[in-house]
Amino acid sequence: MPVTIREMKIAIASGKGGTGKTMVSANLFYSLQNAGMKVSLVDCDAEEPNAAEFISGSSAGVSLVSQKLPVIDTEKCTFCGKCFEYCNYHAIVFLPPANFIQVVSDLCHDCGACVYACEYDAITEINKELGKVNTMQVNGQCRLIEGRVNVGVYSSVPVVKKAIQSLNCEDIAIYDSPPGISCPFIATVVRADYVVLVTEPTPFGLNDLKLSVATLEQLDKPYGVIVNKAGLGNREVYEWIAQKNIPLLMEIPFDKEIARIYSEGRLLAEVADGYQERFLVLSEKIKQACHE
Amino acid sequence: MKVAITSTGDNTDAKIDSRFGRCSYFVVYDTESGSTEFIPNPNLESIEGAGPASVQMVASKGVSKVVSGEFGSKVKSIFDQLKIQLIVVNDPSKKISDIIELLNQK
Amino acid sequence: MNEIAVLSGKGGTGKTCLSAAFATLCSNVVVADCDVDAANLYLILQPENDTEAVFVSGQKAVINRETCTDCGVCISYCRFDAISNINGTVEILETSCDGCMLCMRVCPENAITMAISDKSRWYSGTFRNGNMVHARLEPGEENSGKLVSVVRKAARELAKKTGAETIIIDGPPGTGCPAISSLTGAKKTIIVAEPTASGFHDMKRIIELAGNFGIKTYVVINKYDLNRDVTNQIADWCRENHLPVAGNIAFDPEMVEAMLQCKSIIELNPASDLSREIITIWNKIEKDEQTTDY
Ligand code: SF4
Ligand code: SF4
Repeated sequence: MPVTIREMKIAIASGKGGTGKTMVSANLFYSLQNAGMKVSLVDCDAEEPNAAEFISGSSAGVSLVSQKLPVIDTEKCTFCGKCFEYCNYHAIVFLPPANFIQVVSDLCHDCGACVYACEYDAITEINKELGKVNTMQVNGQCRLIEGRVNVGVYSSVPVVKKAIQSLNCEDIAIYDSPPGISCPFIATVVRADYVVLVTEPTPFGLNDLKLSVATLEQLDKPYGVIVNKAGLGNREVYEWIAQKNIPLLMEIPFDKEIARIYSEGRLLAEVADGYQERFLVLSEKIKQACHE
Repeated sequence: MKVAITSTGDNTDAKIDSRFGRCSYFVVYDTESGSTEFIPNPNLESIEGAGPASVQMVASKGVSKVVSGEFGSKVKSIFDQLKIQLIVVNDPSKKISDIIELLNQK
Repeated sequence: MNEIAVLSGKGGTGKTCLSAAFATLCSNVVVADCDVDAANLYLILQPENDTEAVFVSGQKAVINRETCTDCGVCISYCRFDAISNINGTVEILETSCDGCMLCMRVCPENAITMAISDKSRWYSGTFRNGNMVHARLEPGEENSGKLVSVVRKAARELAKKTGAETIIIDGPPGTGCPAISSLTGAKKTIIVAEPTASGFHDMKRIIELAGNFGIKTYVVINKYDLNRDVTNQIADWCRENHLPVAGNIAFDPEMVEAMLQCKSIIELNPASDLSREIITIWNKIEKDEQTTDY
């Protein structure tokens, strides 16, 4: 089936983890790749990047993501206290009687306010590593780009941004979004043209779906829903999306065989009959929705 | 010499608070005058930076020793640089008055 | 006080259903739902809230359109890409703003002020087996870690007041700030793993984090029968790293059935094999190093 899509960015997201968003991302990627598209998958779930378990490629470069960390030169510092006053994150310990001033690196949000504040040129910035972006070449024109934040770093947003920036003129980019509805999720979906929400037909799934939908409404992003593990649970999710006029893009049944394929890091589109076609149909639906 | 002790309450019958950055009160005890000052921890609510902000607070009181149940690594390194001595009391049943007594014996 | 944090690294491993099961095994417990991004536990435990409180998650910059001249100075200073010029008008994207206040300070027209973000809430109330604290973070608001701390503090106070021995913390997925806040100061942590490649991988990351805090860690392998090979790999890895595997739980659609009925599996079918396994696990973990009255 010829698919002609130009420069489309699709975020695959879910309110909670474990609903199968990585499975959808990886299968969609695989199916489009097989259809001859120039497609890249960006794993934006930088706290728990998992896409590489489904897609293998050869390493094509690692770039480090860092933030700036201010360092205060006590020789130049006059202990005027302006930086301390400007820092909104309590990241500067300031004790003039002891001639002591220091930035606590774990608390610094890299906002730059202290550098702006200092009139005595006493603050310079060094780089502090936050994580990395790994790029893997999957075949001639398809890549997997994986953001990976170091354990214990307070925000994965800089890593997400850098991972997405590593794209270049793909036909289609798929973002495997971080779970939840906070900043890393938003940093991902604001950079997408369309958002696919993967949910499961259970009370938890519905509750999380509602939260995600509220967030996307606020951001004014078009979106649709995939119900994974269909057959488990009840019909409430279906009733709710029908009532809200949210498109149901696809259903993937609950099946122990599918669970096993997933657990082994294999792709449905590769090993189960008909799935590659189904994922291509999905991409067609998204394309139409984008152009509406 | 002034000593800061982390406390669970606002009097000397209260027990020591084992968490430095998130203790309920700081007691500043002056070994010369024998006076005590109870200061509610202003950083209790802040998630980020309670430790360093508490260092800031006790150091600005001019103490030379701090008594608590435990100190995080961030906090330790700042105290080290400030040359403030840390005393770990690993017994949460100790009262502030017990600790003051111990300090006076030294 | 025995604070036990239930975490998983990866989402969807069944952490919340297990937390619910553990909670309903206790006679006087405090439950802290620290998955504030996507709180679900209240759906099962159905607490009756007696307190609702505002959580101020931070502040966000707001532009006064009357005085802003669209000069764009703030755009160049903002390191969070929160300010942009949209068709000639300078606008702040609320969801990207980190609240650092730098734009407010650099604005030559004093056109920027800070507004507090106060749409998030936390609640405390009672349920069948004790008390519960949970929260709702407004989409895109930061500081879920701070909200977790607020929830945990409220839980501790409730435990003190009610004499509850145990606090069960249902933690968030991931290894970021809210996960860290859920772990700090906890006595024990239960890591709910699932036998998938990604479940195994994420489990290692969260265990690394718990190790940093020196918290006693137990592993429970949920839905172990979906892939016995990976289950064995997880068990081997745990043995090598001297981590106790407290038990294996089989996949059972009854778990979902319990959820549909707003019950824990223990309440739905206490005599089932599944429930008996969970009871064994809980007794093992809770009684380790300390005796309680359950
Ligand atoms: S960069 Fe911002 S957060 Fe970091 S120390 Fe300076 S003012 Fe504080
Ligand atoms: S603003 Fe500059 S001179 Fe003033 S206290 Fe900070 S570093 Fe020192």
